[in-house]
Amino acid sequence: MLDQWIFVAALLPIGLVMAATPIVAGQLLAPRKPNDIKLSTYECGVETVGDTWVQFKVQYYIYALIFVIFDIEAIFLFPWAVAYNQLQLYMVLEGVLFILILAGGLLYAWRKGALEWL
Amino acid sequence: MGFDFNNPFGSITELLTSLLINLGLPQPLVSVILAVVGAGILAGVTLTTAGVFNIWLERKIGARFQDRLGPNRVGPFGLFQGIADAIKLTLKEDITPTGADKVVFNVAPLLAVMSVVGLWAVVPFAPQLIGADLNVGVLYVVAIGGVGTLSVIMAGWSSNNKYALLGALRTVAMLISFEIPMVLVLLVPTMLAGSMGMVAIVNGQDVWFLLLAPVAAFVFFVSSLAEVGRTPFDLIEAESEIVAGYNIEYSGMKFGMFMVAEFFHSFTIGALFTVLFLGGWRGPGSETYPILGLVYFVAKTFFMYFIVMWIRYTFPRVRIDQMMALNWKFLTPLALVVVMATAVVDKLALSQGWPRTPVHLALNGTLVLLTLGLMQAYARALRRRVEGMRQPEAGEIAGAAVGPGS
Repeated sequence: MLDQWIFVAALLPIGLVMAATPIVAGQLLAPRKPNDIKLSTYECGVETVGDTWVQFKVQYYIYALIFVIFDIEAIFLFPWAVAYNQLQLYMVLEGVLFILILAGGLLYAWRKGALEWL
Repeated sequence: MGFDFNNPFGSITELLTSLLINLGLPQPLVSVILAVVGAGILAGVTLTTAGVFNIWLERKIGARFQDRLGPNRVGPFGLFQGIADAIKLTLKEDITPTGADKVVFNVAPLLAVMSVVGLWAVVPFAPQLIGADLNVGVLYVVAIGGVGTLSVIMAGWSSNNKYALLGALRTVAMLISFEIPMVLVLLVPTMLAGSMGMVAIVNGQDVWFLLLAPVAAFVFFVSSLAEVGRTPFDLIEAESEIVAGYNIEYSGMKFGMFMVAEFFHSFTIGALFTVLFLGGWRGPGSETYPILGLVYFVAKTFFMYFIVMWIRYTFPRVRIDQMMALNWKFLTPLALVVVMATAVVDKLALSQGWPRTPVHLALNGTLVLLTLGLMQAYARALRRRVEGMRQPEAGEIAGAAVGPGS
């Protein structure tokens, strides 16, 4: 079972190489005539205003936080789902209780307005 | 051992293994060599198909949806259009903007393609034809999909362009949001098959999981559409919205790699949906003739890809706040309810001896009716609230009908 991962270890570098080959071919075949204007940052054709790494909304951070919570929940639920055929009804209900607690968390975030796109 | 026609793929592997062992190589090296050769063939075949054939298919079918012809100049029926595009992109100048973080800037397109190619390692094409029969196949799919999300933020952050950064942040917010219903709903085929491995899921589909869990299939399909960034969720690359978003500073083949990754990904979700919900390679006669299994799998995958394209050319784009509301207030609660309900009902059905398929169909039907009822009630409440806030116009009594069809 562990030796199946050899295929993955072979496929991922091959994927990288297959992506890198056209790029390298481009760098060999394509013209290279850099000048200041071509290399400058694109901002709808005008000069850039201000710093590049701007401040962004905190809402992105809140989405990431909620994502982390539910992702961890899903990861915890996978062993429960894999062992599902050997479980009895009360064990299934315990997993359902876990999901209900986290659904309560989602409801709390919803009512608090954490899910709004400001 | 001869060539067993009932098991062609397994016997090819055995033949090659015995050939290499007879050449005197040790066993571990043989498996590594076979893995590398297999991976090369898989990556080559699928990337070529996606990069050349699928792009042609997409443009032709999209054109027919829009009542026009599509590419028909380059090669017979325009078949060489993809190759022409690839050659054009290769010959374009590769501009790295000043101030860009060179390492991250160059690695981002590579990671995007690598993540999608890696997804094909766990897809079972036919009874013995799979890259790697991992026992955590479903989890592997989610994990490798996450690397694609990483490449987006790498591209946006390293471009030294504030619009690329903002576009990348919006994209990543969408991608991680839609990953939640997708991961939650993947619990349903895992429960019904009793394993995370893709081969086990296909083997457990005596009845397609589309029939046992249609709501789960719907949620998975919609979330995958958003994960790929296809319409109606293609905000991240819509030209009229933010002019190419996170890959605005990319030119030449690096941009080509992002484009190929996106096309390839939308084909891959067709394949994943087929494996998880449409029975993979199963069909009449596919156990005795594994080649038929491959044919069924390819047919189902292209059918799902056609549906993805159909949706793309039918629906208008969704606004980002509508999209986030759809995900967090509709898909995630629905996914949670589906997982809970399927878990309880399947266990009850097993213990009480009810027939499995009708019980699950009834459960999903009830869920659909409940959801529609809740949505109707919500819309009614919203309408009542909006009407209550509306100021009566001159010469009109508050509460009277506004006009015909109000």
